[in-house]
This record gives sequence, C-alpha cells and structure tokens, in this order.
Amino acid sequence: MTDRISNKKNITLSIIAIIVMLAAIYVLDIVIKPTSSWSNLMTCLEKGTIYALVAVSMNLLNGFTGLFSLGQAGFMLIGAYAYAIFAIAPEDRATVYQYYEGGGLIHFSLPHMLQDMMGGADAFGGTIGYYLGIILLMIFAGLITAVIAFLIGIPVLRLKSDYLAIATLGFAEIIRSFFQWEGLGPVTNGSNVLRKFASYDSSIFPVLVAGICVAFIVLLINSSYGRAFKSIRDDEIAAEAMGVNLFKHKELSFVISSFFAGVGGALLAMFQNNINAAPFTSNMTYEILLIVVIGGIGSITGSIIGAYLFVCCSEWWLRGLDAGEFLGIEADFMSPGFRKVVFAVVIMCIVLFYSRGIMGTNEFSWSGLFNFFKTLPKRIAAVPGKIKAKFSNKKHKKHTENVKEAQ
Amino acid sequence: MSKENVLRVSDITMQFGGVVAVNDLSLEVNKGEIIGLIGPNGAGKTTAFNVITGVYAPTNGRVELHGETIAENHPHGKMKAMYKGQNDGKYTDVKVLTPDKITKKGIARTFQNIRLFKGMTVLENVLVAMHMNMKAGVFGAALRFNAAEEAKMREEAMELLRMFNLEENKDDLATSLPYGKQRHLEIARALATKPQLLLLDEPAAGMNPQESDELMRMVGKIRDDFNLSILMIEHHMQVIMGICERIYVLDYGALIAEGTPEEIQNNPRVIEAYLGVDD
Repeated sequence: MTDRISNKKNITLSIIAIIVMLAAIYVLDIVIKPTSSWSNLMTCLEKGTIYALVAVSMNLLNGFTGLFSLGQAGFMLIGAYAYAIFAIAPEDRATVYQYYEGGGLIHFSLPHMLQDMMGGADAFGGTIGYYLGIILLMIFAGLITAVIAFLIGIPVLRLKSDYLAIATLGFAEIIRSFFQWEGLGPVTNGSNVLRKFASYDSSIFPVLVAGICVAFIVLLINSSYGRAFKSIRDDEIAAEAMGVNLFKHKELSFVISSFFAGVGGALLAMFQNNINAAPFTSNMTYEILLIVVIGGIGSITGSIIGAYLFVCCSEWWLRGLDAGEFLGIEADFMSPGFRKVVFAVVIMCIVLFYSRGIMGTNEFSWSGLFNFFKTLPKRIAAVPGKIKAKFSNKKHKKHTENVKEAQ
Repeated sequence: MSKENVLRVSDITMQFGGVVAVNDLSLEVNKGEIIGLIGPNGAGKTTAFNVITGVYAPTNGRVELHGETIAENHPHGKMKAMYKGQNDGKYTDVKVLTPDKITKKGIARTFQNIRLFKGMTVLENVLVAMHMNMKAGVFGAALRFNAAEEAKMREEAMELLRMFNLEENKDDLATSLPYGKQRHLEIARALATKPQLLLLDEPAAGMNPQESDELMRMVGKIRDDFNLSILMIEHHMQVIMGICERIYVLDYGALIAEGTPEEIQNNPRVIEAYLGVDD
C-alpha cells in the first residue's frame, strides 16, 4: 500500500517538475534569447538536448543491447540531410543549389507547402501547418535512417564487439563520402552547405521532441523487449537458449537507435540552420560515445546529464580559457586550444572518481535525488580523504611490506 | 508398453577439426522419463547437450523432437575429407535450427557454469524466458498496450519463483544470490519457457549432500507438476542412481553403456571407464 502511495507521489512530483521546466524554458526563451550576454545558456540548452537524445539512442545500443556500434554520426547525417533536403522553400532553392541547374532536382518543401495549404505564413493555421510539416518531415528523416540502418545491420550485426565497432565506423564514413559525392549534387548539394530550410523558433520545440523520444526509449527499455535486449547484453548464449532471437532483437535495437539518431540529426540541422556533411566525422561519434561513457553505460539519466555537461563545458563554461580570461583571471597561456587541455583534465577526474560513469547503471528517482542532497555535505567532507587515498601509494607500500614479511 | 517418444537422437557425431567430441551417439527420451547422461570429465556430455539445443550443428546425424527433425547434418565441404566418425553417408539432409527456435519448440536447458543474466533482477531473469511467447509488438509493448499480458507474465513468473522459494529475492540482482539459489533460478528460468523436455547440465554441482537430496526431490516434483521429460547430466552418483529411470554412459565421446541404474552399476565397462583397470 505504501508503495502505491509513494508511487503516486512520485508521478505527481514528476508532472509538476516537467511543467515547471517547460514553463521555465518558455520564459527564458522570451527573456534571454534576444539579449546576447546570456544567449549561451539557450544555445547550450538546445544543443545539449539534441546531444542528449543522440546519446540516449547510442546508449540503447551500447549500454542496453551490448552492441559496440560507432555509426551514430553517420545516421545523424542521414537524418539531417533527409530533413533539410525536403524543407527548403522552393523560392530559395536557386540560391542554395547555386552550382546546379534549375535549383537542384527537388522542388518542394513539406513545411512550406502545409503552411500555404493551411492559411499562409501570417495565419495561426499556417503556423500549425508549418510545424506539422516539420514534425512529419522529422519522422520521415527517422524512417529513412531506420531503413538504411536495417540494410547495414543485415551484414554488420553478425559481427561481435570490436569488429562490429570497426564495421559501423566504416559505414558511417562511407555515408559521409556518399553525401558529399558530386554526382548526387542536384539532391544533396554535393559538398556545399544546405541552408535556408524550415526551422523552429522556440527552444521549447527541441526539448519537447527530444523529451518524447527519450520517454519512448525509456518505456521500451522497461518493456519485455528491453529485457530481451539486456539479456543479449549479459549473455548471448543464455539469451538464445531462453528463446530470444538474437539477430531479430539486435536488428530491432539497431534500427530503433538509428531512428532516433536520425531524428536527432534533423534537430541538429534545425539548430545549426545549415548543414554540411564535413563535420559528421568519427569525431562526432566519439563525442557522443564520451557522453555515454561519462554518464554511465547503461544509464539513460547518465547520458542526459553527460550531454549537458559536455555541451556546457565545450560551448560555454570553458570558452573563457580560449579567450584569455577565465573566472576573472587573465593569463597569456590561455590561448585558443587551452580549453581542450582543461577539458581533458576534467574528464580524467570524472573517470578517476566515477570509474563506471557519473550514474553507473542507476537511474533518476525522486528518493535518490533527496538522498543525494541529504548526504551531500557528508560526501563533500569526505572528498579530501578520497583524493589522498587515490594519489598516495599507501596501499602499494603496505602490500610490498606484507610481501617482505612473508618472505 | 509403448511410450510416447519425445526426443530421439540418432547417430550424432560432433567433430571439431580433428577432435571427435561425440561419436555416433544415439539416445531416446520418452514422455515423463527422467534420463541420466553420465561419463568421466571430457566424455562429451555437454557437447551432446549443445548439439541437442542447437548451439552446435552436428557433423553427422539427426535430432528429432516429437518426430520432427530439429537438426540433421552429414559431413560435407571441408569436413568431408577430415571426417573420422561413423555412419558416413546415412544422412543426406542439412537442417539446423537455431537455439531460440529449438527452445520455442519445447526444449529448455540449464548450464553447467551458471549463465544467469548478471545485470538483471531475479524476476527479470524469469521474465526474459517468457518473452518469446509474447504476442505484442515493439510499439504495443513500449506504449503499454499489452498491460494485461505483461501482468499475466509477471504473475506466472512469481508463481515459478514461489515454487523455488525465491519470492523474497525477486528484486535482487541475480548474481547476488547464493550459489544454490542461482542453480534454482536457472531451473525456474528454463521452466518459464514452457518446455516439454528439460535438459539439466549438472544441477547438483557444488551442492552438499543435503542440498542435492532436496534437488532430487525437486526434479521429481518438476517432472510431475509440469508434465515433462528430463534429461540430466550429473556427477553425483546418488542423485543419478536415485531418480533416473534409465542411464546413458559416455566415454571418449562414445556410448559405452545404457540401462537401468542397477545394470549400469554392475556394468564392467562403466567401472573400467570410471576407475580404470589394472594392467
């Protein structure tokens, strides 16, 4: 009985928290976005949200199904292009596809088309049509990515561990070169930038979309299919002996993960307002992998925390280190590139003290949060001792002494 | 009295490179029987299990469940020149089902070195085994349209846990259980697949005499309650002799004896295989 009451309480708390968060984002969006001094906050919020979605989708593969795949950037690229290509207004096509005759091959834009059909740019119905177009196109981008992932998965998912990682990494690079190929220029604009496509206005849009996607993944992981995924991660032979069709479930996880990577790619395209295949290298996959590992392999909450931490550090908090002024300190050695040095140290510290990621395999819970704040002072007090223990080689000395005694 | 046949293994040979792990093994399990498979270490017992459950494709021979072929093979390709087993040319088909399909057809197993899902709770371990019979698709399951089905699955899983006294441990990580309980959980998990034939690979390994006595009673109870047949590998002779109706003895991959516990105990070839012989 008490279980149910506390459950109800948790749900109410969660709903309140979500409403407060959305309201806060809405207000911040109106107040902060026009002013330049704090615009970093909104940038980090949007980019962090998008990275969180992609990291969670990668965690579904790496952390919950045990498939070490490194193809995420490639799938984001497919999603971003599938979205952007069909969202450039026909009148802008000539300028975007300037190197190709007649403004490329495709001459329609779903968001703009629906906007016109439902009353034009100024009417309320037009805005709804515009966003409906964006959402439909994002689902389309996800589906295209999923189909390509399905095809890639057929040969690749027969491989295991490192070999799978190498194969997916290779496919991601192939996808990138393919999209840059001049022969496809009339569709993808070759290696030139795609821009002027439909995008969202309010920061609340990516938060909502990513929120719904992450919620779906969480529900999936807690369902019977999620248990089947986890059983494959823990022991393939036993999973198969318990009737779990390995290939089907691996393919399923791969396709679902890619779908959300595609949606994340579409969001990233909208966030950047222009898209180009060049930055979707393996480096981007490693960034996402870093987020997953820092947050905790097998923890959705960890991936989300890791994403915001990573984005805030690289886009905002540590920027001063490159510019020569950080926390009021000015120094000559703080020149471009120094940020990365400090960031590397931060990552090493996290890995040193949280060897299984910030969250390990734990998930967010209200009782966990309350407990965190309750025990915070105690744990802060214990930090110096912990550091001492990490860096002193007392243990080692003791061990050698013991060995000597034994001799 | 003729009994309904459940499993028929005919002339199975399993060869890894030049090593013949199982040579020309034939055995039968009828409905409601508890059959023992014994032999010294390295005799090929677990390999035989792996062939029956589809982990390995046999090099030659056939496995049938209720008269339906679940694995059949003959030496071909590279193996043709290397083949050292018997009955070459008797079988012509090549058909090997994957382990998950064989489990679906009604063979469940436990493992010699416990293979529980480490990152999952006791209840989840049992629920995984019920996944294959679930009707809902991915979206149905993720969006909780199958709440009734899921609730039923959980109830059945809890019933199994209750049977094995694992009820209080349902939310513990499977690997946090004591050794004996882990063995019980493996059996519970295998039963959750609703098998007609249960293969137990050394269920009493590492148990003290009292625990193995309890296990013996439990195996009999499982056979009666779930109305299934059991094929078990075991080294504890009092367990095997106590509950098995028939026993097969393997040595160096080949069948050396077959019969009731009394016949096996007095068989000179078995004694020789286990104890050696004076020169």
